[in-house]
Amino acid sequence: MRGVARARWAAGAAVVLLALAACGGGAGGSGGRVLSSSWGDPQNPLEPSNTNEVQGGKVLDMIFRGLKRYDPKTGKAENMLAERIDTTDSRHFTITVKSGWKFSNGEPVTAHSFVDAWNYGASLRNNQRNAYFFGYIQGYDKVHPETGTQTADTLSGLKVTGPRTFTVTLGQKFSTFPDTLGYAAFAPLPRAFFTHHSAWLDKPVGNGPYAVESYTRGAQMTLRRWDGYPGPDKARNDGVTLVVYTDSNTAYTDVLAGNLDLVDDIPAGQLKNVRTDLGGRYINTPAGILQTLAFPFYDPKWNTGGARKVRTGLSMAINREQITRTIFRNTRTPATDWTSPVLGTDGGYKPGLCGKACEYDPAAARKLIREGGGIPGGQLKITYNADSGSHKQWVDAVCNSINNVLGNDRACVGNPVGTFADFRNQIGRHRMTGPFRAGWQMDYPLIQNFLQPLYYTGASSNDGKWSDKRFDHLVDRANAESDKAGAIRLFQQAETVVRDNMAAIPLWYQNGSAGYTDRLHDVALNPFSVPVYDRVKVG
Amino acid sequence: MGRYVARRLLQMIPVFFGATLLIFLMVNVMGDPIAGLCGERACDTATAAQLKRQFGLDMPLWRQYTTYMGNVFTGDFGSAFNGQPVTQLMASAFPVTIRLTVVAILFEIVIGIALGVVTGLRRGRPVDTSVLVLTLVVISVPTFVTGLLLQLLLGVQWAWIKPSVSPEATFGELIVPGLVLASVSLAYVTRLTRTSLAENRRSDYVRTAVAKGLPRRRIVVRHLLRNSLIPVVTFIGTDIGALMGGAIVTERIFNIHGVGYQLYQGILRQNTQTVVGFVTVLVLVFLVANLLVDLLYAVLDPRIRYA
Repeated sequence: MRGVARARWAAGAAVVLLALAACGGGAGGSGGRVLSSSWGDPQNPLEPSNTNEVQGGKVLDMIFRGLKRYDPKTGKAENMLAERIDTTDSRHFTITVKSGWKFSNGEPVTAHSFVDAWNYGASLRNNQRNAYFFGYIQGYDKVHPETGTQTADTLSGLKVTGPRTFTVTLGQKFSTFPDTLGYAAFAPLPRAFFTHHSAWLDKPVGNGPYAVESYTRGAQMTLRRWDGYPGPDKARNDGVTLVVYTDSNTAYTDVLAGNLDLVDDIPAGQLKNVRTDLGGRYINTPAGILQTLAFPFYDPKWNTGGARKVRTGLSMAINREQITRTIFRNTRTPATDWTSPVLGTDGGYKPGLCGKACEYDPAAARKLIREGGGIPGGQLKITYNADSGSHKQWVDAVCNSINNVLGNDRACVGNPVGTFADFRNQIGRHRMTGPFRAGWQMDYPLIQNFLQPLYYTGASSNDGKWSDKRFDHLVDRANAESDKAGAIRLFQQAETVVRDNMAAIPLWYQNGSAGYTDRLHDVALNPFSVPVYDRVKVG
Repeated sequence: MGRYVARRLLQMIPVFFGATLLIFLMVNVMGDPIAGLCGERACDTATAAQLKRQFGLDMPLWRQYTTYMGNVFTGDFGSAFNGQPVTQLMASAFPVTIRLTVVAILFEIVIGIALGVVTGLRRGRPVDTSVLVLTLVVISVPTFVTGLLLQLLLGVQWAWIKPSVSPEATFGELIVPGLVLASVSLAYVTRLTRTSLAENRRSDYVRTAVAKGLPRRRIVVRHLLRNSLIPVVTFIGTDIGALMGGAIVTERIFNIHGVGYQLYQGILRQNTQTVVGFVTVLVLVFLVANLLVDLLYAVLDPRIRYA
């Protein structure tokens, strides 16, 4: 009897196990002409003016189209929803929206869709991380004062003048303002965003080539092609499934196994195998990202004439060519100016602007550092966050390079900070005593974006608190200049001020990388290192 | 029995408060979470101040803790920085991790105890030696090596399984991750069972049972195993808590969105509410598992009585 019972139990267990095994699978692979792609959990709610990192930006790029759109290949700002943007004085703009555009819920896109969205983004009460993008518009100080409560709900510089026209008045002249309008924060929003806000966040509705079908926060989002999309860049596939990965290594392994179609961040450790693993299905293209070492100018030791020479000397002591080749396997390129190759020479990129100051020259570096009175404080500590990227490797390599040049093993050491949050916190509290890692990912492909937010007095990302009257003056003049080529020339002049003071040491231009399975064709990354999903062909 | 349980439950209260307070302090020591929230670019001062107010970070630490604990008792664990309530995160993460833990514990019980019995009864034989060597290997190899190796072999080379687990995380998909998670504990369970069994084999009651002429199977299962399992049950009981909280590495390798994933994310983003919330629940799981283990002793060994 006992034996029979045991046999039954075993048979039952076997059945359960088989059933369990049958349950598995089915979820990862995507049928039809739908592709799956790696994703990271967006840090903030998916509102256009609240998304300041690339993972949320990825989604916004699929479900929204703004007045302008940056060409995925050239990065040039081209009219999308804008029919015309007129100005006579670079300060008052009249914007006409094209007719025939709709949100995927059927609501037409009007001038109100833009003005309401921008007012929402600027208002202090809504806690939008990208609010400062609206800071050029008149009346911003009323809706978003630095301290205290807001005294106005809407920006006085925005006025709807017709169903499809509105005017923008800026607080100062800014000739390239229309070209900034391709940034996600300037996207139009449907009424549902304001009336049913939490429902909208659960399933965002936009006016782009894709519509969100379902969204499980922290896990995955399925997007389907929106057949009613009126724009010229209709999706060439049926949809995209974004799957959240904690570790890009897992995503990479999944692509190798065919369980995932596209991974858009090849982990540094896999770079040496990627060509044998994926063959031609690996792309590595320049992105608008520049890595620099910033300095704490609020520390008097770093804000002297001698320290200027030391900074230039340090720049010349870094063997950029060797580090990008050995550590980054040429996924980064030694920087020779303070912008990015994706701007193109028309857009203000000027290779070699840094000149000798960015070339590896041990003898000259030693001389400059000695003339400048040596490293302030005796030892150089490069601060970085150790929790993401491969920062430790390159910081150690930079230090090695400097130590070799100076013939002193203790001249430079890395100073890791545990988490990114703490790193940012220490920077915000002016606790830096030496150079620190600074990465700049452009918001829009303009030379202005590589200079003004980083080096203008009191600018939003001027973490080192560098200040130079000549630089500020040149930037002001450049913004007021209505001729584009003339404006770029002035920005480049301002850039030479940055160079002569070595306000930040440019290290390398970063590339975007991606790998994909043989189901996909025409995969490319745009200058923001985001895959151009609507161009991808499946099958 | 009832009084014992009541006493144990009362003891849990200070442990619970102490543990949550410690975690709360540790997360706060890491610094200002708002700085990380704003990304590479610092938020403007007005927005930062408003965010601080919204998350209650502008209050003194003791106020933050008392408010938080007050909310916890009404079932409100706060919300993560992306606006999602922590209870919602828990509702999605805990079922996944519980499934993973169940798979791992089943592996420990079924394979671990079976191997322990086999080796314990055949001490010194080739089976015993080879299993012992094997457990030694498993214990000495870190989990992430086992995990990545199995993922590469089974997932990519032989394509038997998918290298990662889908968001649904069904039991079938969790078999390999569960095995990886259980591997080290499994080896310990094998060794514990083996030693305990080998010791008890020489005891008087076993000799009596053999002399009475009981069937061998009955001696092993009813008498020998039941008495030898007490240390093993203790181990597995405490392991439940360790597996649930300590699955960070395994969950990362197989991309499982469970408790480990949420904790990792919470720590990286310095999200006090997420970290404290999850750890609080884990502390409770630990405490309850320990109580159950203690009660199970009485079932296994009638000589143990609680008053």
